Amino acid sequence: MPVSMRNSQIIFDALRKADVRIISALPETWLVHLIRMAEENPDTTLVRLAKEEEGVGISAGAHLAGVKSAMLMQNHGFLAAINGIVSLAQLYKIPLVMLISHRGDIGERDPWQCQGGLATLPVLRALNIPHFPLDDPAQVERKILGAQCLAESALTPVGLLLTRELMWEEA
Amino acid sequence: MNRIEALEAIYADIQDCVVVTIMGAVAAELYSLGHRPNFFYLEHAMGLASSMGLGISLSRPELPVVVLDGDGSALMNLGTFTTLARYAPPNLTHIIFDNGSLLSVGGFPTATSTGSDLAGIARAAGVQSAVTIDEPKMLRDSVAEATAADRLTCIVAKVEPIGPKSFHMDISLLENRFQFRRHLMGSAVSTPGGQQ
Repeated sequence: MPVSMRNSQIIFDALRKADVRIISALPETWLVHLIRMAEENPDTTLVRLAKEEEGVGISAGAHLAGVKSAMLMQNHGFLAAINGIVSLAQLYKIPLVMLISHRGDIGERDPWQCQGGLATLPVLRALNIPHFPLDDPAQVERKILGAQCLAESALTPVGLLLTRELMWEEA
Repeated sequence: MNRIEALEAIYADIQDCVVVTIMGAVAAELYSLGHRPNFFYLEHAMGLASSMGLGISLSRPELPVVVLDGDGSALMNLGTFTTLARYAPPNLTHIIFDNGSLLSVGGFPTATSTGSDLAGIARAAGVQSAVTIDEPKMLRDSVAEATAADRLTCIVAKVEPIGPKSFHMDISLLENRFQFRRHLMGSAVSTPGGQQ
């Protein structure tokens, strides 16, 4: 599976540097290495979800309890979590660090990913959620730390879009 | 029993716990018995109170956490029973007030009024300890037992579909949120009256 192990490790190391201790996730192809790293690292607790919206509640609880967290999800999971993002995270000004794999974007081969891919950026913009692409491995750490910093300063969800360019290595 | 009677029966036992409630009648009735900085009222996002309780209990295993949920909210996030069961934080007690009704929005019947059994669903999802009770004393005993046993427990409390005349609470959402976090941040080692 040509998901980039090297770049997944760079992302995971940056999350650790950001002192993220709880990572909620629902599996998707691009996230396989990240989820395994979160499970194997003794300093992180991986919470496997039934649906992404649960992750908003878990991250909100963690924040109020003083623990830093991050959410790993596909963009369709982000779309499935919208009410929690609006009616918990935004309503109660909860910082969320959301790593969202941006399927259905440039280079996508699966037709079923494309409608959600087209909707992702407009929905982020409509909700006024700051969002930034992760595409250059050299910038990943700076962007993850910066996104967490912004989330906590502005008390808002922040989206980091995992791009094909970063996550996928063609065989 | 009425929910307010149930809350009165357990108030003394949960007042030092971290408490997360759902919106509407549950929040207003707990608030009417006396607000505390360790009480958080989730006034929207139906279904996520239990997920918040999971996030808090995993983050702070030294703190006893109580979620006051409702049948309508629990039915909106049934999948989370499987997540709760999987991580089973021993410091979490999940109480679901089941009045068979979406009381706050017109009293329309929920699926528990036509036979859906939330304690059965919790058990089948893997929650080892899940009970249904219908008297205040039974609720109090179940909460005490759950705390003493130090295991994830789901308690479905059957109550009448009756709520307070007003849902007004003299505390803003954000005031509650910031007070609650400040309290939890300040209780990093132990909570007053709580476990170490």
